[in-house]
Amino acid sequence: MSNTHTSFYQETHTVFGHHNNKFLQWIFSIDHKRIAIMYGIVMFSFFAIAVLIALSMRLELFYPGQQIMGPQTYNEAFTLHGIIMIFIFIVPGIPATLGNFLLPLQLGARDVSFPRINLLSFWVFVLGIIAVLASLFWNGNAPDTGWTFYAPYSTKTGSNIVLALTGAYLLGLASILTGLNFIATTHRLRAPGMGFFKMPLFVWGLYATSWIQVLATPIVGITLILVILERVFGVGVFDPTKGGDPVLLENLFWMYSHPAVYLMILPAFGIASEIIPTFCRKPVFGYHSIAISSALIAFIGYMVWGHHMFTSGESNTVALVFSVLTFLVAVPTSIKFFDWIATMYKASIVFDTPMLWTLGTFITFIIGGMTGLILGSVGVDVYFHDTYFVVAHFHYAILGGVVFLMFAGMHYWFPKVTGKMYSEIHGKIAFYIIFVGFNVLWFPMFVAGALGMPRRYFDYLPQFTIYHQIATIGSWIFVFGLIYMFVNLYKGIKKGKPAGPNPWNATTLEWQIPSPPQAENFGTIPYVDFMPYEYIKGEPVHHMDLSVDESRKGTHHG
Amino acid sequence: MGKVTAYEPEIIFDKQGNPHEVVDWDHDYEGAKLGFWVFLLTEMMIFGSLFLIYAFYSYQHGAQFSASSIHMNRLLGGTNTFILLISTLTMGLSLAKLRNGHVEVCKKYIWATIVLAAIFLAIKAAEWMLEIEEGFYPGSPSADLAALGHGGKLFFGLYFTLTGLHGVHIIVGIGVMFWLLSLINRGKVSPENFVVLENTALYWDFVHIVWIFVFPIFYLIY
Repeated sequence: MSNTHTSFYQETHTVFGHHNNKFLQWIFSIDHKRIAIMYGIVMFSFFAIAVLIALSMRLELFYPGQQIMGPQTYNEAFTLHGIIMIFIFIVPGIPATLGNFLLPLQLGARDVSFPRINLLSFWVFVLGIIAVLASLFWNGNAPDTGWTFYAPYSTKTGSNIVLALTGAYLLGLASILTGLNFIATTHRLRAPGMGFFKMPLFVWGLYATSWIQVLATPIVGITLILVILERVFGVGVFDPTKGGDPVLLENLFWMYSHPAVYLMILPAFGIASEIIPTFCRKPVFGYHSIAISSALIAFIGYMVWGHHMFTSGESNTVALVFSVLTFLVAVPTSIKFFDWIATMYKASIVFDTPMLWTLGTFITFIIGGMTGLILGSVGVDVYFHDTYFVVAHFHYAILGGVVFLMFAGMHYWFPKVTGKMYSEIHGKIAFYIIFVGFNVLWFPMFVAGALGMPRRYFDYLPQFTIYHQIATIGSWIFVFGLIYMFVNLYKGIKKGKPAGPNPWNATTLEWQIPSPPQAENFGTIPYVDFMPYEYIKGEPVHHMDLSVDESRKGTHHG
Repeated sequence: MGKVTAYEPEIIFDKQGNPHEVVDWDHDYEGAKLGFWVFLLTEMMIFGSLFLIYAFYSYQHGAQFSASSIHMNRLLGGTNTFILLISTLTMGLSLAKLRNGHVEVCKKYIWATIVLAAIFLAIKAAEWMLEIEEGFYPGSPSADLAALGHGGKLFFGLYFTLTGLHGVHIIVGIGVMFWLLSLINRGKVSPENFVVLENTALYWDFVHIVWIFVFPIFYLIY
């Protein structure tokens, strides 16, 4: 590499110059890898809290009638569970953690395009969390509207909605900043020679996601602000007594929140597209179709929001159009699944933990996706609307799709992030426990929902008891599995064996540098005139050593 | 970011020995522009949503919206439109001057823009006060507002929302311009490195284009 290249990092790691304090070195760091890890720590702490809330709701539902919490507390519990899981955990989700860590590595860049904005995104994220937490403890009730903030209840209820909305707005802003950064990074910082169709597929997933973040999040942002203005000044936009229309809020809300579920799943599909070729030791089947189908899902995803509102009084014509468009989303999604299955065909598959998670997701996500088609049919949805069927569908798609693939990615890139290996056997055991617990937890809800069990009720008729009890037992297995998995990963960090640069024999650029990556990622930027996932006879075609020569630079920090 | 005076891009070579420049995020003019355009897209979605809401209610209460528009102060609104257009001109001239190396003139034009923006805000505040005095504001007990029906309430609700949000953008713009002046004084924005000013000018253009839509849909539909 050129000796004259002067790097930002040679002077400082952080936004305010150099700090001797380790803590300050982290919270002011503009290194995308550190920001990713900070995001991960905060997100998973709140994931744990939201899981505990869900666990206590399941406990309440073990018997009919009131056990451990009353109806108001239950409303607050599912609202908080929703706000944390959606706005704090799964929306920043894969992009802010794995995406932040890997996007520059996979592109052959030394950081994202705007590292300071990346750090700002994290701070805004933390600020949003503080606002959400304040809404719980400020005088008055915790929010009890559900995470959807539907009017007119959200404009009338006495609980701390304004603070919660401010929090959700800030969390949305953090997500926009990440998306903006990723778009610029993908366009500008690809290694020389790497055209758009030479990018790894995870990058394609992140890129499609970023456009959703940038174009859809502002709509929900202004909607939340309008609810705040409604509550503070009585502007009247969603208040029927002043001529406003509460259904308008539902429209605006889902204009964002439906694309948002694709925002969650697209990077997850990207993870699957990385893991499958690596553990099949052969090039991915249909690279272009996987890449383009990401963009297609993002595009169609904008035009399906009305399927959340089949029972809100929208006209039959509108409902049918939304229904047809919803079915269309299944096409690019299936293209991906067929490509992955074709990649696995006649491969000698290595069933390591990341691959197990990916294959498990095939089962759970296909159940989630197929039940989505059932709910997308107008006639059927009128019957299933607001039942446990929807709850089960959503968790099969998002928990069994996005979060499972996120776990797959966590195991896959664990050696890259930490430089250590976790215990493979315990990783597999954790997968099987969680997989069983997951299905025991959510499958009975399909049945209960089909029989008429409504969602968001703290009580139920005696004939639903058996489904609730099976589900609650499933929740215990599920949580035990989660603990098992995180303990295994923690032990991996503490006393795992050194992983080396490329433990999986993978092909993309992040595996050509040491684990964990050095401060500037790459000593030499390669000229990329090859496709990702090039294998011959089960061996990667390209071997490179792109590490930073520490002795020559000398001023780096860990 | 320090004493990097002359930036030399890193060059790598492909197998045929052809040189290729590695883009460095810290010296990436096009990246900065691209990022800012993407930011403007998000702004467009925010104001676009509000215009959509306006269109939705205007379709439902067309007659009452027109009747409400009569109560707007077209003299103050028109003056403000004029002032904002002039400020866009001064902003654009400041960029042209900086690129031609006239740093001091550029700073004067930025000051002119700041002053014009402040006048805009003052007039806007006076206008709001007048409207509130006449009883045209959300939640007002005024009989005049009640006579305009649901459409009137929504009209003025949206008017205060849109002009308020626009005003916030003007205030942010003024803050950015002061920051810009300090960057110019410290030599961080210069005739060679003017992307911050260029993006500020883009932002200011966006703010005035929003007003170009806000003005007719509230003031001129009577």
